[in-house]
Amino acid sequence: MKRYVYIGIVAFIVIVTYPFWSAGKAKKPEPKLDTPEIQKLVEKKCVEPKEFMKREHMKLLNQWRDAALRDGTRVYVNSEGKEFTVSLQNTCMKCHSNKKKFCDECHNYAGVKPYCWDCHIAPKEEEGQI
Amino acid sequence: MKMNRRDFLKLTGTGTILGLAGLGLFERVTEEAIAAQFSKDAKALNAKRWAMIVDLRKFKTEEDYRRIINACHSVHNVPDFGNPKDEIKWLWTDTYEHSFPGQEHEFMPEWLEKKPIPLLCNHCANPPCVRVCPVKATFKSPDGITQQDYHRCIGCRFCMAACPYGARSFNWRDPRPFIKKTNNEFPTRTKGVVEKCNFCTERLAKGLKPACVEESNGALIFGDLMDPDSEVRQVLRKDFTIRRKAELGTQPSVFYIIGGSENV
Ligand code: HEC
Ligand code: HEC
Ligand code: HEC
Repeated sequence: MKRYVYIGIVAFIVIVTYPFWSAGKAKKPEPKLDTPEIQKLVEKKCVEPKEFMKREHMKLLNQWRDAALRDGTRVYVNSEGKEFTVSLQNTCMKCHSNKKKFCDECHNYAGVKPYCWDCHIAPKEEEGQI
Repeated sequence: MKMNRRDFLKLTGTGTILGLAGLGLFERVTEEAIAAQFSKDAKALNAKRWAMIVDLRKFKTEEDYRRIINACHSVHNVPDFGNPKDEIKWLWTDTYEHSFPGQEHEFMPEWLEKKPIPLLCNHCANPPCVRVCPVKATFKSPDGITQQDYHRCIGCRFCMAACPYGARSFNWRDPRPFIKKTNNEFPTRTKGVVEKCNFCTERLAKGLKPACVEESNGALIFGDLMDPDSEVRQVLRKDFTIRRKAELGTQPSVFYIIGGSENV
């Protein structure tokens, strides 16, 4: 009788922890940076440091949205004093023109689906473009 | 465990202090560690209250209307559904009778009965649409433009009911397939949001006048109503102008010079 209880417990643990150990198999996202705009850059830098962008880009975009639309301030001065036009389409996506291999690469992995592209026009990408 | 009142108070006190300290620490950690700021372009056009004058005398041919409407609709990705029920209106025309109800009469000149009047959002100083918006998606910006934040719009259409000028349109359908030539520099809208003329706020930020004004050959005059030396104020001092339904107390910022026989 006890045997069945142990088998049951083992089966339970396997099933409950399945999502954790099986997730390791999914390929880690590798956002690509090889766009024409980024290749032109002398210093391969984003509007803010990479670690900040990785963690906070969604908050930064909200800030950009409010700055442009609510406050009418459409120039972003970054932490190094460099200026950028506040625009998702005309700034972020000019550099990151490979949306599918960059933004989507991470978002598919993380299971987020930003609805921005219902309105904002995504960069034109040819199928199979690297 | 037995605990007297004194120990109980000590324990809860310490707990509270630790909790608050933890909260402070949490906020320090989650706070954005970036010292960035926003500013305006040095070339940006600024005003306390943007206004426009429509000089009807300078609209002679159909082309004069088509040019300004095209300019507006092509930079802002305004769709053309080809039917009045779904129409998205940023800049459009209507008859004098519909534009200035109560001002028409049976003896007015025939040219005025027939002449299309260019219409757009009046960017009222006292806008009813702003008052009714339940989510503050529509608001007055400091330069007098009645703005709409599409990110906030829930599509309730209260603003459309409140606007006495029909200056707001609802996207009943996905507009994208109906945009003739997409301007990739400006977003489209999507099914379920309301939209309207934005006085080209994105162009003003770059130092450009509104697209319709640029294409109007002087038929549309644009400037700061609060600046006594601005072009609009100079024209307002000199010519007789009327506004649409001003008796409602909306304080429109769009003025019309109707003119007389020079229209014929
Ligand atoms: C001038 C070109 C440029 C612009 C404009 C730009 N980026 Fe970047 N972005 C880069 C480069 C280059 C990197 C890689 C930085 C590094 O490796 O240090 C990067 C990195 C990132 C990363 C981190 C990627 C990773 O692998 O972790 C994110 C997220 C990101 N950008 C989002 C944005 C967003 C959102 C915007 C607009 C607000 C934007 N970028 C604007 C060039 C740009
Ligand atoms: C390094 C991986 C990575 C890259 C590259 C990346 N993102 Fe993200 N993004 C994420 C993750 C993870 C989230 C979800 C964060 C969360 O839910 O807290 C997210 C969330 C967002 C959100 C908020 C979505 C929502 O529904 O709240 C927006 C907007 C966004 N990203 C835009 C972009 C854009 C635009 C780009 C390309 C320029 C980009 N991201 C590139 C990882 C990335
Ligand atoms: C319902 C349509 C719609 C959706 C959905 C939408 N936007 Fe926008 N967005 C607009 C419009 C229209 C503007 C105004 C453009 C202007 O005035 O230049 C704008 C402006 C912005 C701006 C500032 C100006 C610019 O040119 O980029 C940012 C940043 C922005 N949106 C980010 C986002 C992000 C991030 C998302 C998704 C999380 C999003 N938007 C979703 C319609 C939309």
